[in-house]
Amino acid sequence: MASKRVSAAGIIFANMHDSTITDLTKIRTTGSVPFGGRYRLIDFPLSNMVNSGISSVGVITKSNYQSLLDHLGSGDEWDLSRKTGGLFLLPPYGRAADSYAAGGLYRGRLEALANVIRFIERVSDDYVVMCDCDVVANVDFKKILKAHIQKGADITAVYGRGSYTHDTLKTKTVLNVNQDGLVYDVLIRPRFEKLNKLGGGEASGDEHSCVEANVSLNMFVMSKEFLLNMVKESASRNLYNFEIDVIQHRCKELKIIGYQYDGVYSQIDSIMSYHKANMALMDFAKRADVFNSERPIYTKIRDEAPAKYGLEACVTNSLIADGCIIEGSVENCVLFRGVKVGKHAVVRNSIIMQDAEIGEKCEMNYVIADKDVTLGSYRTLEGTENYPVFVDKGAKV
Amino acid sequence: MRHVKKECVAMILAGGQGARLYALTQEMAKPAVPYGGKYRLIDFPLSNCVNSGIDTVGVLTQYLPLVLNEYIGNGHPWGLDRVHGGVHVLAPYESSGGKSWYSGTANAIYQNINFVDRYNPEYVAILAGDHIYKMNYAKMLDHHKATEADVTIAVLEVPWEEASRFGIMATDENGVINEFAEKPAEPKSNLASMGVYIYSWQTLKKYLIANENDVTAKKDFGGNIIPDMLKDGCKMVAYNFDAYWKDVGTIDSLWEANMDLLNPKIPLDLYDPNWRVYSRTDVMQPHYCGDNCTIENSMISEGCNIDGQVDSSILFAGVTIEKGAAVNYSIVMPGATVKAGAVVQYSIVGENSVIEENATVGGDPATIADKDSWGVAVVGHGVDIKADTNVPPKAMIDKQRA
Repeated sequence: MASKRVSAAGIIFANMHDSTITDLTKIRTTGSVPFGGRYRLIDFPLSNMVNSGISSVGVITKSNYQSLLDHLGSGDEWDLSRKTGGLFLLPPYGRAADSYAAGGLYRGRLEALANVIRFIERVSDDYVVMCDCDVVANVDFKKILKAHIQKGADITAVYGRGSYTHDTLKTKTVLNVNQDGLVYDVLIRPRFEKLNKLGGGEASGDEHSCVEANVSLNMFVMSKEFLLNMVKESASRNLYNFEIDVIQHRCKELKIIGYQYDGVYSQIDSIMSYHKANMALMDFAKRADVFNSERPIYTKIRDEAPAKYGLEACVTNSLIADGCIIEGSVENCVLFRGVKVGKHAVVRNSIIMQDAEIGEKCEMNYVIADKDVTLGSYRTLEGTENYPVFVDKGAKV
Repeated sequence: MRHVKKECVAMILAGGQGARLYALTQEMAKPAVPYGGKYRLIDFPLSNCVNSGIDTVGVLTQYLPLVLNEYIGNGHPWGLDRVHGGVHVLAPYESSGGKSWYSGTANAIYQNINFVDRYNPEYVAILAGDHIYKMNYAKMLDHHKATEADVTIAVLEVPWEEASRFGIMATDENGVINEFAEKPAEPKSNLASMGVYIYSWQTLKKYLIANENDVTAKKDFGGNIIPDMLKDGCKMVAYNFDAYWKDVGTIDSLWEANMDLLNPKIPLDLYDPNWRVYSRTDVMQPHYCGDNCTIENSMISEGCNIDGQVDSSILFAGVTIEKGAAVNYSIVMPGATVKAGAVVQYSIVGENSVIEENATVGGDPATIADKDSWGVAVVGHGVDIKADTNVPPKAMIDKQRA
């Protein structure tokens, strides 16, 4: 008899990290934050799952999810509109959490999973891949699942290894792994001094100095059986935070294996890192890695005509989406679909989301403009690299 | 299967070979020829149908249908994947009667009478699959109903000197057609048929069957159906259309039609959110403009990487223009690459072709004394133009002659 095919279901947390980029999540989930000229952050985990052969994906959401539902629709743009499996949208359905797992607004991943336990029970896959929407990367979960099975792990936690400063590390979770790949220590929002000791980096009081660290990418693999037990057990103990109550507190008791993701990734946990992650796409090699043509990142189609450049357009080092009409200067920018840049306007180092209209002779530097922003003529907006100016959705300047 | 009645079914004639587009139609029918940075010609009639509320469309294919079949698929990009109706590709078929290839436009519809009858429509729109225009067929249908016509033919005023290239309609003061001449030497009118017809289906069906049974008759609309209906006194009404319309029969007209998109004086707006032109496109990231690029008066699609100089050109998805390369007054189709030092001007470069380092393609008409030897240069699909070679103006290079 042939052995059963190994397969995994996917679970995506759309609202995790909402509080880290509050400007962008005032009116939407982290998953529906626009990114890279035509995408929403959820496109990355969702496409990665689809490209890894995952055919049932549940998207857990909590609040502000209208734009998310609008974006995902039936899931057919990700090829997830299927007869069996496909896309499952899992918004809260109960009253506000008056008791654990009442189907209301969850407090953490474990409680959220308890709310959707029927979805997990019903999928026919033996494994579950779980991730958030804060990482922009092209990840092959098939490889990670294979490693998970090979190592006989209870949980496989994906991390990226990189060089971090005090500032960039203080929002992250660090996974310290031993030579067998076993996670033996977990630091949530670590302090710099502590890290020097544990991570073996050079001790220094300088805030610009860097240390090498394994940073959790909030992607986890486990068997469905393990997940169900973990969720039920946690419910009976009223534990709701997966990171603290499972990964951190039980790392000595469980076999949690760290999996190092070697590709290009950007983790978004502040408006600065959001800006930086967008700008990282200007690099050819990084762009080619994230937008691997064998493993495309899918998104909602908008049927825009190609971008049009006027006679006096001048555009360098920028990403320009379809439907833009550019008559001014654009430098180091990401322009989303349908952005209009007027004559003699100068836009630099900025991220302009869809359908913005920038009037003639405007000057913009380090601006993040949300959707549908209108700038009259002769307006000047000037931010800095560390503090980009943010313009709300629909604002008229 | 149960079929829900439709008021109007559209039939798009998409079997055309487009022989005068040579290298560009060696692997695909003319309606599948790429246009405007992300479209294929058939996107225009398909999008017009959807935007006009016609949700049941038959696409009649014959010549090299692979690209077109794959492109149309289930019709999803145009919103034509419907429970009732939707888009259907209708290739010629064999039956116990031994019928096979479509022997003309009328014969193509005749062979698909059963398809149309399933929806029991009052009206049928017959459309060409290879014209570029935005038209609301619903308004034309209203006109057809208001005038109680048997057939309504969309017409366009053309310059008198060009009238003999078209099917010309002469009308009375009420717009009723009283004379029709296919490519007349001495035209009596400058109202040219656009190849857009709305017929009352029962009347058309009668004529299609009669035409088929007449062994001597030509099996197309211009040749017999329209003259026969006129002779019999059917009510034939002209419907005036005065917006942009283009039939791209030749390389030069295909090139011109693309250049029209860059001309602000030409009223073909592809950016109107209320009348989108839909197409099936690969999902690609926004295009990237590098530090060394200069782009002027051009249209550029997603997935391109541009680090060279681009002027008055149209680049399709996934095109690469390397640093030091120049592309002027040209159309570069999906996935093509122009390498460093290469110069492409007044040219059409086909899908996935490569112009190697320092090669030159095409030339500026201003630099050529003998105007007759000038023309748009064409590099067909999947051709590799070797480094340091020259493709002169008007030349046509395809895979066989690379």
